[in-house]
Amino acid sequence: MEGSIVSTVKYRKTNKGKIKIRTVTTSSVVIKTTLSILLFLTVYGLVTLDTKDVNLIEAVKDFAINLRTMFFQSSLSNFTFFQSLYQILVTLGLAFLTTLIGGFIALFLGLLAAENLSSKRVSTVIKGFVAFIRAVPTVLWVLVFAIAAGLGSVAAVIGMTFHTVGYLIKAYSESFEEIDKGCIEALKASGASWWQIVFQAILPSAATYLLSWTFLRFEVNFTNAVAMGAAAGAGGIGFELFMASGFYFNVREVGFITYLILFTAIILEVFSTRLKNKFLLGS
Amino acid sequence: MQINPFVKKRRQFIGLTIILTIFTFASIIITEYDVVKGFTSAPRAINWMIANLYPKEEALKNLPRILDKLGETVIISIGSTTVASIFALMFAILGSKTTKVNNVLSLFSRLTASIFRNIPIVAWAMVLLFSFGQSSFTGYLALFFVTFGFLTRAFMETIDEASFSCVEALRATGANYIHIIFQAVLPSSIPQIISWMLFMIETNIRSSTLIGILTGTGIGFSFNLYYKSMNYNAASLVVISIVCTVLLIELLSNYIRRVIL
Repeated sequence: MEGSIVSTVKYRKTNKGKIKIRTVTTSSVVIKTTLSILLFLTVYGLVTLDTKDVNLIEAVKDFAINLRTMFFQSSLSNFTFFQSLYQILVTLGLAFLTTLIGGFIALFLGLLAAENLSSKRVSTVIKGFVAFIRAVPTVLWVLVFAIAAGLGSVAAVIGMTFHTVGYLIKAYSESFEEIDKGCIEALKASGASWWQIVFQAILPSAATYLLSWTFLRFEVNFTNAVAMGAAAGAGGIGFELFMASGFYFNVREVGFITYLILFTAIILEVFSTRLKNKFLLGS
Repeated sequence: MQINPFVKKRRQFIGLTIILTIFTFASIIITEYDVVKGFTSAPRAINWMIANLYPKEEALKNLPRILDKLGETVIISIGSTTVASIFALMFAILGSKTTKVNNVLSLFSRLTASIFRNIPIVAWAMVLLFSFGQSSFTGYLALFFVTFGFLTRAFMETIDEASFSCVEALRATGANYIHIIFQAVLPSSIPQIISWMLFMIETNIRSSTLIGILTGTGIGFSFNLYYKSMNYNAASLVVISIVCTVLLIELLSNYIRRVIL
């Protein structure tokens, strides 16, 4: 019966009579086109890069020396070790407040954005709004808020909250949409109100997802808070980093601050990877 | 003794609330956050945005210059992502559990990626500024370093997820390392790799605004210039052009993702 099995399969053959083993699909065409366009733009970019007459070899050498000083001879000169730890805490505090406020707002809007909990129209409107919020860089939100609130922690927290809300609404509403339909239907059939459904079915079953996503965002917010300290005067370790490099030109201090940030960021990353593996991928 | 699950749940909830409250108060004190001002300034800022933050006719004459800078920023974001992804792919192949050569190289590439990823882009930008000055190199390299770190981790996870069974199958047929990489690993993970690259391009356009503000290059510099000279109409034009670009790229990436994944 082997012969009949072979005869049912249709082979595409080339002009020379060989069997074609690669077929052209839309997906392969799109992959090739995307890659070629990216490659073309990259080469074009490298050729037309605005170098401002920087001597590349000299600059690379200089950079290597700076890196060496930064990482192997790092020291503090303008403030003490404990002061720098305090600044790390300030940055962590900014990130925490942002994540907390953002998380609360995103929880409510996320419920409205989940298609199984609200109407299709409300969901689309919120999701469109979120896409807009996410498209504006965080630093621009912070600077715009700084005009009304003055430079400082208030502008930074509110500005970063915007982006956090945008990110978390997306993550939360997707977790809500994954919840078993039967669970919601059962509660609806027993006459539960919308709030009862939310508190008895949705939140308990999505709690671990929410926790993991929120912590993941906390990690991102820490990095953002460092950046906002440097670019938008939000204080914390980012501001010290900006002062050490842009004001005192002190590479050694930059190195020390970088080590501190690196250390904190890696601790946060290890913690959030554990949470993610336990709750997001495991189940 | 059996604990009532409802009591246990309530205890957990109360414990979590107390911890969060303590952290919140600590954060408010340590960052000198003014809670009242926080609530009142948000509506004020939105009112101000509606009143001032839109382009007027006279701001439109800045448009060619803004678009020029924006184009430069987009090209730099794409360029740094593509180059970084080539390096990231090599490191990811060495570091991934499925395709590693030996444990030492694997640990080395994981560690390198982690360091590059976790040093903040601000630190890279400021250190590069010392050597490369206010040229596009500064932004290009800063984006390159962070993108490289991030993509290495993303690619590693992709390779582990997508190609484990194909690699096993090819290994059983006696294929060598090069065959396995080119016939199994790359074909099965290329859609995900492109998806991550597109995500990174989008992120990099946003990050390059930040780098521009810090180092005085590209679109971030234009914004900062208008912002500091209080020419908010022109600044809003910059914001709008960034938003349009990011949304356009997002739409394009969504289309590509739908077709290839």
